[in-house]
Amino acid sequence: MAVADVMIALQSRFPELSLTAKPLCTLPNGQPGDQVFVRVPVERLLDVMRFLKDDARCQFNFLSDVTCVDYLEYPDADDRFGVTYNLASYPLGHRMFVKVYVNDPEPAVPSVTSIWKGAEWTEREVYDMFGIRFTGHPDLRRILMPPNFVDHPLRKDYPLRGKGEREAFDVLTRESA
Amino acid sequence: MGLKSFDPSSFSLGGDAFGLTRLDYAVDQIKRHGVNWARKHSLWPMPFATACCGIELMAVAASRYDISRFGAEAMRFSPRQCDLLIVAGRVVMKMMPVLQKIYMQMTEPKWVISMGACASSGGVFDTYAVVQGIDQFVPVDVYLPGCPPRPETILEGFMAIQRIVTEHGIVPSTERKGLGLVVTAPPKTNVALGPGLAASIGNN
Repeated sequence: MAVADVMIALQSRFPELSLTAKPLCTLPNGQPGDQVFVRVPVERLLDVMRFLKDDARCQFNFLSDVTCVDYLEYPDADDRFGVTYNLASYPLGHRMFVKVYVNDPEPAVPSVTSIWKGAEWTEREVYDMFGIRFTGHPDLRRILMPPNFVDHPLRKDYPLRGKGEREAFDVLTRESA
Repeated sequence: MGLKSFDPSSFSLGGDAFGLTRLDYAVDQIKRHGVNWARKHSLWPMPFATACCGIELMAVAASRYDISRFGAEAMRFSPRQCDLLIVAGRVVMKMMPVLQKIYMQMTEPKWVISMGACASSGGVFDTYAVVQGIDQFVPVDVYLPGCPPRPETILEGFMAIQRIVTEHGIVPSTERKGLGLVVTAPPKTNVALGPGLAASIGNN
């Protein structure tokens, strides 16, 4: 099992972090799914990520996605935001998720654009939707919402119907146009 | 052959009588409706297609429903060449300033069709990003119901615009004051309902 090799490599390189692989989800029949995630402290994220890309047993040369989960009012949650990195390896054909947890106020995560250039737009999306600042990102702007938007709409404390932004336009009448 | 010596009977469109009949018909229509009879058959739509309503709009432009029967087949993608704005699909808050700018760029006289549930009311997309009806911010002449509207409904909407043109002519939209026309598709009476639905609303 390729991911087991990855875990052995990770634990031998970072013994002080005591990294463990946990199943990402539980299947409907109660069994754990076969995809795993590793929780990494945010201070060591860049070291672990660079090792995962460069090590011969890992070779995660493709960052599929960067996304985030807001655990506000979630039972048994210790931290608010879980930034999730979806890593894939084309040479070895395996896949793994890495999660870092950050908290209010000013949640910040080091950017992995220095390792995978493709992280630039996905990190911009996480910044846009969740307000997590990626330190070291070359161009951290909103990517989906308009530039004058102030909130981060996928946070759980943001109301579904917004705070009136969708009604805040000039009214164009037949006389004014 | 100069204009004065023009002889209608020199047409050979299936016989002299036929050519004369067509000419008579056109002259009669112009006499009855004025030049608006010609204008209403020369609408130039600007398709503002942002969602699946745009696909249905393309079907109207294709051969089966054939919007060119109503003289509106010349779709232009520059608002300066158009006089009928068809908003087909949901409009999000990032797109609303674009729609307003396009409306302002269109030359008078101009008409607006709000096509489908999303453009008219937001539809099922009751979220922070989707504008709940473009008529809050842009004047609308005709609303089309449906999700998406059937091509027949779109043609009925065109005919409603044509009725507006016949009635008002090409006065600028600032003087037209908007009719707030709502187009409704006729109900289908020959549809067999299931037993549960028939019991609740009555099968007629």
